Amino acid sequence: MDTLAFLIRRLGQAVVVMLVISVIGFSIQDNLGDPLRELVGQAVSEAERQALRDEMGLNDPFVLRFGRFLAGAVQGDLGTSYFFKRPALEVILDKFPATFELVLAASLIIVLVSVPLGVFCAIRPNGWVTQAIMGFSIVGISIPVFLTAIFLIYIFSIELGWLPSFGRGQTVTLGWWTTGLLTRDGLAHLVLPAIALSSIMLPLFIRLIRGEMMEVLRTEYVRFAWAKGLSSRRVWFVHAFKNTLLPVITVGGVQIGTLIAYTILTETVFQWPGMGFLFLEAVNRVDTPLIIAYIIVVGLIFVVTNTVVDLVYTLVNPMVKITGRAA
Amino acid sequence: MSAVRAALQSNFVYRFLGDPVAMVSAGVLLLFVLGAALAPWIAPQNPYDPLQIDIMDSEIPPVWQAEGEARFVFGTDAQGRDMLSTILYGTGISLTIGVFAVLLQGLIGVTIGLISGYYGGRVDGFFMRLADIQLSFSTLMVAIIVLAVFQAAFGVGLYEELAIIMLILVIGIAEWPQYARTVRANVLAEKEKEYVDAARVIGLSRLRIMFRHILPNTLSPILVISTVQVANAIVAEAALSFLGLGMPVTKPSLGSLIRAGFEFIFSGTWWITIIPSIVLIVLILAINLLGDWLRDVLNPRLYKET
Repeated sequence: MDTLAFLIRRLGQAVVVMLVISVIGFSIQDNLGDPLRELVGQAVSEAERQALRDEMGLNDPFVLRFGRFLAGAVQGDLGTSYFFKRPALEVILDKFPATFELVLAASLIIVLVSVPLGVFCAIRPNGWVTQAIMGFSIVGISIPVFLTAIFLIYIFSIELGWLPSFGRGQTVTLGWWTTGLLTRDGLAHLVLPAIALSSIMLPLFIRLIRGEMMEVLRTEYVRFAWAKGLSSRRVWFVHAFKNTLLPVITVGGVQIGTLIAYTILTETVFQWPGMGFLFLEAVNRVDTPLIIAYIIVVGLIFVVTNTVVDLVYTLVNPMVKITGRAA
Repeated sequence: MSAVRAALQSNFVYRFLGDPVAMVSAGVLLLFVLGAALAPWIAPQNPYDPLQIDIMDSEIPPVWQAEGEARFVFGTDAQGRDMLSTILYGTGISLTIGVFAVLLQGLIGVTIGLISGYYGGRVDGFFMRLADIQLSFSTLMVAIIVLAVFQAAFGVGLYEELAIIMLILVIGIAEWPQYARTVRANVLAEKEKEYVDAARVIGLSRLRIMFRHILPNTLSPILVISTVQVANAIVAEAALSFLGLGMPVTKPSLGSLIRAGFEFIFSGTWWITIIPSIVLIVLILAINLLGDWLRDVLNPRLYKET
């Protein structure tokens, strides 16, 4: 029963955070740019302007206008992009597959590389390979993601000419989803951006998995497993590794937010046609509805991932203290 | 003099002198700080002074390349500015933003951490939840959105003048939870000690106990996270400038230099981007290595993510 109460409280919190995000979004809309000017231009007299303002409800009290904004937002209406002359949400969602595939590919690289390396570093803490990996990881942490991206382009696209440096390449449309994962060209375009995006998280995860694994290897039950005469493979992977996963899941969930922030940088360097690239273009064009739509969509992704991670965490670990964690 | 002798004989200095990585990092960092501070005197050119720049000098490669010129050790950028000079000045701007942003983080974070840890209860719950929420939205994301909105609201012209202040404020405010959590964790441990009881019994005010008695005992973790935070702030500034939300090209930090050079990388003039990039990486690496060493030596109680 406790879990259900926690679930409800957690969802309540998520709703509150989303409400705060939409207040922020709305106040930006309210203060940035004049929708009337976008609509009618400069050539309309002041009296007509006022009449139009009244008619459009721009002079209504704040609460009323916010209510209308919220009602629209819940139904997926976040205004019309000034530049694209299309619903802002639609413009954003068109770009969602590109960003999603980039994040997916980067996450895959992170998991496939950091788990074996982290475990290895924990099992052989004093070998030279471990020293080398740990040394690389501090260098890796010190290289900002956009510089990794620039160096990758410089080496693999310009000097060696092996891989393309911008865009998504050839894509295939499946319903409303455009994917670059099904063509050779699309995959080739994905390689460098995905490596660049994963580079920033790799050192963090290697260090995290190593630290947790070393801690677990010192516990009583692992010593007991050794004493029972289990094979080292079984002790490491079945007994020890499983218990390093919990903290990794939580940190991983929190880092998904950061990963989305880094997509803006990666997409800018590689001109990857995703949401982050679109957002920066919208900022340069002062396309307010698009800016707000991006903030709300990204806010929603943050809140949903954080909530899901928290819920998974409680399900996996019954010992977790379920009060006192926030969105 | 005895203070100096005592300092020289301390464990801290002893371990520093025994660790080549720490010494090299400190040396490199010192070099950067001196280079940036003395830039107006040692830089071959003042990149802010249009009279000293000749557009005819643009895109000259570094001196070790065939077409390089001895006047420009690291070559010139697209506007004919000497790369070495812009890098010296740019490092100064990056360091200034990094240090002031961290001072602001520390001021907010330490105060909140002290209050949160010392008072406990509802105050503590409120601040720590606020910290949780703020951290769950990544700093970079918050900074990008806030700066993007301000840039759109101010217009590019006004924004460029205010950029340095905006960057310090945004990076400074976004990262206070790091300090608040660490300081709070230490205050919780210190609060139970006898000297605090003693101070309370004498009848000292809470403010005095917090700032004069507990705060000095939380300095080593503050010092350790400060080094890493300065590195993070410099990276954040560079990233924001690279996106065009930070320092303008006319008054470039390392990030805006990299941004300005990036469009030329495909036409073969790699040095405009790559050289400032390497400078930035070396700077960050030096600070991070020094931070790692400090953490090993001081071994403080840091906030551990669970």
